[in-house]
Amino acid sequence: MNAAVIHNTQDSSLDELARLAEVCDDVLRRCRAAGASEAEVAASIDTGLDVGVRLGEVETITRTRDRGVSLTVLFGKRKGSASTADLEPESIARTVEHACAIARYTEEDPCNGLADPALYARDFPDLDLWHPWRIGVEEAIELGLRIEDAGRSFDPRISNSEGAAVQVGESVLANANSAGFRGVERSTRHLLSCALIAEDDAGMQQNYWYDAVRSASDFADAESIGRRAAERTVARLDARRLSTRECPVVFVPEVARGLIGHFLSAVSGGALYRRASFLVDHLGKPVFPSFVQMTERPRLPRGHGSSVFDAEGVATRDADLVRDGVLARYILGSYSARKLGMTTTGNAGGIHNLVVTPGSDDLPALLGRMGTGLLVTEVMGQGVSLITGDYSRGASGFWVENGQIVHPVEEITIASNLRAMFGGIVAIGSDVDPRSHLLTGSILIDRMTIAGE
Amino acid sequence: MTSLIAQAEQRLLRPGGLSATDLEPVFARLMAPSIDAADLYFQHSRAESWLLEDGIVKEGSHSIEQGVGVRAISGEKTGFSYSDQIVLPSLFEAAGAARAIAKAGAAGTGRPLAIASAPALYPAIDPIETLSSEAKVRVLREIDAYARALDPRVQQVIVSLSAGVDTVLIAASDGTLAADVRPLVRMNVQVIAEHGGRRESGSGGGGGRYGFDELLADGRAHAFAREAVRTALINLEAVDAPAGTMTVVLGPGWPGVLLHEAIGHGLEGDFNRKETSAFAGRIGERVAAPGVTVVDDGTLAGRRGSLSIDDEGTPTRCTTLIEDGILTGYMQDKTNARLMGAASTGNGRRESFAHLPMPRMTNTYMRPGTRAPEEIIGSVKRGLYAVNFGGGQVDITNGKFVFSASEAYLIEDGRLTRPVKGATLIGAGPEVLRRVSMIGNDLALDEGVGVCGKDGQSVPVGVGQPTLRIDAMTVGGTAA
Repeated sequence: MNAAVIHNTQDSSLDELARLAEVCDDVLRRCRAAGASEAEVAASIDTGLDVGVRLGEVETITRTRDRGVSLTVLFGKRKGSASTADLEPESIARTVEHACAIARYTEEDPCNGLADPALYARDFPDLDLWHPWRIGVEEAIELGLRIEDAGRSFDPRISNSEGAAVQVGESVLANANSAGFRGVERSTRHLLSCALIAEDDAGMQQNYWYDAVRSASDFADAESIGRRAAERTVARLDARRLSTRECPVVFVPEVARGLIGHFLSAVSGGALYRRASFLVDHLGKPVFPSFVQMTERPRLPRGHGSSVFDAEGVATRDADLVRDGVLARYILGSYSARKLGMTTTGNAGGIHNLVVTPGSDDLPALLGRMGTGLLVTEVMGQGVSLITGDYSRGASGFWVENGQIVHPVEEITIASNLRAMFGGIVAIGSDVDPRSHLLTGSILIDRMTIAGE
Repeated sequence: MTSLIAQAEQRLLRPGGLSATDLEPVFARLMAPSIDAADLYFQHSRAESWLLEDGIVKEGSHSIEQGVGVRAISGEKTGFSYSDQIVLPSLFEAAGAARAIAKAGAAGTGRPLAIASAPALYPAIDPIETLSSEAKVRVLREIDAYARALDPRVQQVIVSLSAGVDTVLIAASDGTLAADVRPLVRMNVQVIAEHGGRRESGSGGGGGRYGFDELLADGRAHAFAREAVRTALINLEAVDAPAGTMTVVLGPGWPGVLLHEAIGHGLEGDFNRKETSAFAGRIGERVAAPGVTVVDDGTLAGRRGSLSIDDEGTPTRCTTLIEDGILTGYMQDKTNARLMGAASTGNGRRESFAHLPMPRMTNTYMRPGTRAPEEIIGSVKRGLYAVNFGGGQVDITNGKFVFSASEAYLIEDGRLTRPVKGATLIGAGPEVLRRVSMIGNDLALDEGVGVCGKDGQSVPVGVGQPTLRIDAMTVGGTAA
């Protein structure tokens, strides 16, 4: 057994949390000594093992260990920030000095300040996020090989591989501020993935599949990940273009959550107070059809975005975001809330878990409902403007007629405006993808413009 | 170079009580009969940024990151570990973890370290110190006031100023000992303009490997502000972009992101060694129209994408990728070059010590032709003229790529008629450059804003091209 494996079998996370909490206290003491009126700090350690295999052999073994301290000081309403990527006392002392030096030159911003102490998390329920995966390097290699083999042997048209990967991750984090908030959190996240290449006379196509979990016991069967990657890759062969047209579109869950992501960005405080969102002044107004419901559930056990407190220490809680299609609230931290004359929603650092209430149709039923149109399985590029809602992206997927897949499609664009797309949602599928903090099924949209031949 | 080594030793090794000569025992720990190559990459990064918004300088931040990455390579296998502690015990521990890639065996040694040198393409300065904090704040306020005064429709101005310096020291088992000090500055101006219930944004910015004196010289900062205001106001007037396949004329400079996506990534050595690229095995074939010559050039002084040495210690160079339409070369790092029986082209780059190097672009551009830009636009009956772009993306296996126009105009009967909204353009890498029918005489490089992402690693890059006519490309608008 080598040293690396021994290291991995110890759970030192509680010691590390205690060490990080001490670092935070030390930072706050130094900030106070430097004359700061308020301060907040986050310290973290992320460790991991990434094993990649390709064509039946191990390709890379990477050990990761990233540490960091970031802090913000306030001198009245003037602010300065600094970070360092190690935890040594001299580095921390210098980092405090740098933040204070910057705060001498920034200007007063009346909206600066820590979050309201009345809102801080006080109870710290266990969200079941800590499941270290005691897998040795040899075992991880063997698992990766099984995934890749299952994919490569699935179909003779699988001609090459970009490999399979096994990734183990552990994060420990401490947050504190000068108004008395103290919080620590530890979580694990592990991934299995496989990317394959298929080839026929028309050329090569690449595709992939993956699973992401908090606990390795929740992983899909390893071979199924390789097979799914192979199925998806072979399905891309002989993809064709479409002529320019308008038609309805179904987005599979992993692409649909990108649409939800655009919505979240457009109702986030930063975009709103800058008036850089097409959804400014939409609070209490319909954005989606009335059957659409979205709820933030920050404390889901094993949730990918679960947390008891936000980046400012504010306790997280369940809250509707979209009720009967109407925008029920914004996504705010203290700063953007003050800019808008509102109260923080416990979203400093972003949304935690968002549940888009699923409908009753699975994907085949949704395609049946669409009849003839485009099933989008991938989008490319950054052609989304949050300020206007204009949407134009590269896409690939499948052409569907009478609810049945006819052939794969590539090298087309899909375009519309997010306002029209959100308003034009016809149905949301029951096929919720659990691999993300944005939990949605497939989404059927009434009409988009396809540009092609 | 000797003084760069001394400067890097001082910054990276001395604080932990080390010098370059202490590194040979680490190679003894790293090497084994089955290890083909190993390297140590020491890095110290310091960065600072300032942000103005709502008319006040509201944020500033400073960051420091340092550490060492240790890599051992056996055939196509790589073991990698890193540490944020640059002291001997951490180096030995990381070396042991990296070496786990090799079968157990006797210890080996690297070749004796010898200093590799390359001409410096930028000064070994810390650009953060080239302007006082007071002066940085003054510049931000001045540009804010200037942008707001340009047009009453300007509602919001966001100006950022950032600077950083990377000090690196590279020691490799092939005997390479090299160091570099890499400054990088950047300014960005974003404005939001509002008129008649419509809101639009526009941006301008640039930078490179020099100090603030050069970034702020010749009214460049004011030009960034004018560019931001100009594009926001044009977009306020824009109509829906057309949908379908049509003739596209690309403006000079930043639209060279076309080359980066359509062919650049597909010509990186790793994808070609693994034969996962649509360009694999096609050296010597025609992939572009006659007259099209594309290079990747890391040797341009002061450019954002330039490096005196790459992250494996190899001096960068100008590599011809396509010559007169024929595919001539790939971009290589040491590992992929060795496995393909080629030489490194100085394209081995990594985001930081905590990431593995791989073949990456530097400054990728097309050499100029002979046509006047007006002549090219004048030749188009109906089409799109696109002059500004956001980012792009490519699927290197099937070659399909996109890039998103942020400023474009309709061409009707050889004249620019009206601005159209942003739209994504899509094409196939191995085909699109065959449709180039006119090449302008106006080669320009971008202002120094590019960031390229690959396998989760970001590195600064540059692009450039002359005005180009492409006879058929698909434009992803919404108008019939």
